[in-house]
Amino acid sequence: MKVIKYLLVGFVFGLVLTKSEAVSWYRIYEMFQFQSFHMYGIICTAITVGLLGVQVIKKRKLKDLKGNAIVIADKEPGSVRYWIGGIIFGLGWALVGTCPGPVFILLGAGFLSVSIILVGALMGTFIYGVLKNYLPH
Amino acid sequence: MSTNLRSLCSMSGVGKFVPFFDFDWRAHRWNLVVIAGAMLGGYVAVHYLSDAGNVALNPDTIKQLSTFGIDAPQGKLMPDAIFGEDALHQPKMIFLLLVGGVLIGFGSRYAGGCTSGHAISGLSNLQVPSLKAVIGFFIGGLIMSHLLYPLIF
Repeated sequence: MKVIKYLLVGFVFGLVLTKSEAVSWYRIYEMFQFQSFHMYGIICTAITVGLLGVQVIKKRKLKDLKGNAIVIADKEPGSVRYWIGGIIFGLGWALVGTCPGPVFILLGAGFLSVSIILVGALMGTFIYGVLKNYLPH
Repeated sequence: MSTNLRSLCSMSGVGKFVPFFDFDWRAHRWNLVVIAGAMLGGYVAVHYLSDAGNVALNPDTIKQLSTFGIDAPQGKLMPDAIFGEDALHQPKMIFLLLVGGVLIGFGSRYAGGCTSGHAISGLSNLQVPSLKAVIGFFIGGLIMSHLLYPLIF
């Protein structure tokens, strides 16, 4: 039962991101060229819905399915890691037109060359793990 | 989404050598199930819900891409010039995909999240660190798209 719940959330996530074409390399390029509202519309809609959802959860003190309070952890304060890490991520995002979610979605959809991106992403994650203590955060 | 990359690294056992990966990835197993579902969703969407009219780009974008030698979508999600079978025989394309992956993996862990964690969830929860990260995402993306693309392609 627990597994089905997560599987279903993922299924909808994959379906929506594919049908909205947010997984498309083309749409990411078009977004960074400011030549379409398409991606901005998707992102803004997602944030608006999320914002309303989070506000309702907090105001009404909603509980999860098991009856536990829903706690959404704040991000750690800081600056350097968010700016530098963000810029590095953005360079990769625009280069291969995919972020971590779509990497998996596209693999599932059968785009095998995306596995090269996944290998790279695992390498990048590993490199961060090795260098973590030497980097400014 | 990017947390799964850390989990996958951890599952391979590298936690013995790198403390960053020495954590209880089993506690994040649910997230891996979400990914399995996402892969299934992608499969169903592409194989059963596709349409030849998909990815109707701005004509200007298509013209611009053709100067880089990148094919128009015509219903495809991904350009053959970068993701097609022929591209897989070009060392340059393989190198680009790998480097892009490394930047994504490294950057998302350094920034503590990716598009889903910072742009969608973080901004939804009005987190200032997420706003910094998202502005960073766009600075990096704009540099790549406007300054580096003409040099690469």
